[in-house]
Amino acid sequence: MGASRLIPYLLIGIYLGIVFTKSEVISWYRIQEMFRFQAFHMYGIIGSAVVVAAISIQIIKKWRVRALGGSEIVIPPKEMGSGTRYWAGGTVFGLGWAFAGACPGPLFALVGNGVTVMLVTIVAAVAGTFAYGVVRPRLPH
Amino acid sequence: MRISRLLGVLILSILTFLLADVILRIAPGGYTHMIDFLSQPWPWYVAGPLIGLIVPMLLLLGGKQFGVSANLRHLCAVLDTKVEFFQYDWKSGTWNLVLIMGVLIGGWISMGFLENPDPIAISEATRSDLALLGVTEFRGLVPSQYFSWEGLLSGPGIVLMVLGGFLVGFGARWAGGCTSGHAISGLADLQLPSLVAVLGFFAGGLIATFVILPLVL
Repeated sequence: MGASRLIPYLLIGIYLGIVFTKSEVISWYRIQEMFRFQAFHMYGIIGSAVVVAAISIQIIKKWRVRALGGSEIVIPPKEMGSGTRYWAGGTVFGLGWAFAGACPGPLFALVGNGVTVMLVTIVAAVAGTFAYGVVRPRLPH
Repeated sequence: MRISRLLGVLILSILTFLLADVILRIAPGGYTHMIDFLSQPWPWYVAGPLIGLIVPMLLLLGGKQFGVSANLRHLCAVLDTKVEFFQYDWKSGTWNLVLIMGVLIGGWISMGFLENPDPIAISEATRSDLALLGVTEFRGLVPSQYFSWEGLLSGPGIVLMVLGGFLVGFGARWAGGCTSGHAISGLADLQLPSLVAVLGFFAGGLIATFVILPLVL
């Protein structure tokens, strides 16, 4: 992909980083507040994001909207399988989410906000991903 | 994209900016109000829809799907090891790596120009619960007593930052996605597996919050 084609993704990223920061979803305190069910803030954000995304997807599917280059938009469905990977992997992710107080996107926004120690958490997350890749053949999915 | 189209977009953006500037100058207290609004934390009904719009933006731009944790896999693939799971052309994910660099820059821009000077406005209940656990710091985005380079060598620092990161990376790939891939893109596409994953996210988060954190902090 040529450099000029990547510029829109950079701009979308910057936009997302600003929204992440200004809505405080990158805050460890907000994640704690969410897991303690003590405020609507995070639920409102995730909930309204899902609603807006769902309506957009329905419109795209219904009117068979094409992407800018003219290609068809296909969203592959996720395979349920035994379902183990979703509840087990999800639980492992949830533990990490509550400890670090951030999921992958916000980790990067935090580094930008000057919490540079989060670089360690990003490296740890890459290490975790790598460890998964190694043990993957032996894990239930 | 053709150069002429790019120029068009650029000129339109500049005109919009100039128009906004004129309006804000004429309106009484325009700029003060705008800066006030921007430096306040944004309410959920502003932030949520703005985040949700990322999904159609990426689909329309190039049929891409919103999923941040895929980048962690791409970074492993860049390392080019013998592990089969990372044997693919990571360049297919360049757009996503560029996006996440943008998120970092966006965080930096917010810090520079739009920083909120007040202590974080979390609920009183959370504040007192966290104070009971030993959290003394309520300024900034994270409690600096744990999340700092000095704190990295302490017990809580290792659990929160190192173990936390490791589990985020491991769990996201095992589950096939993180908050963006499952909780936002997946739920929005009415995918049942994503709902199971999100329930898992909460199971893990509740165990960490109510069972493990009281032991660690």
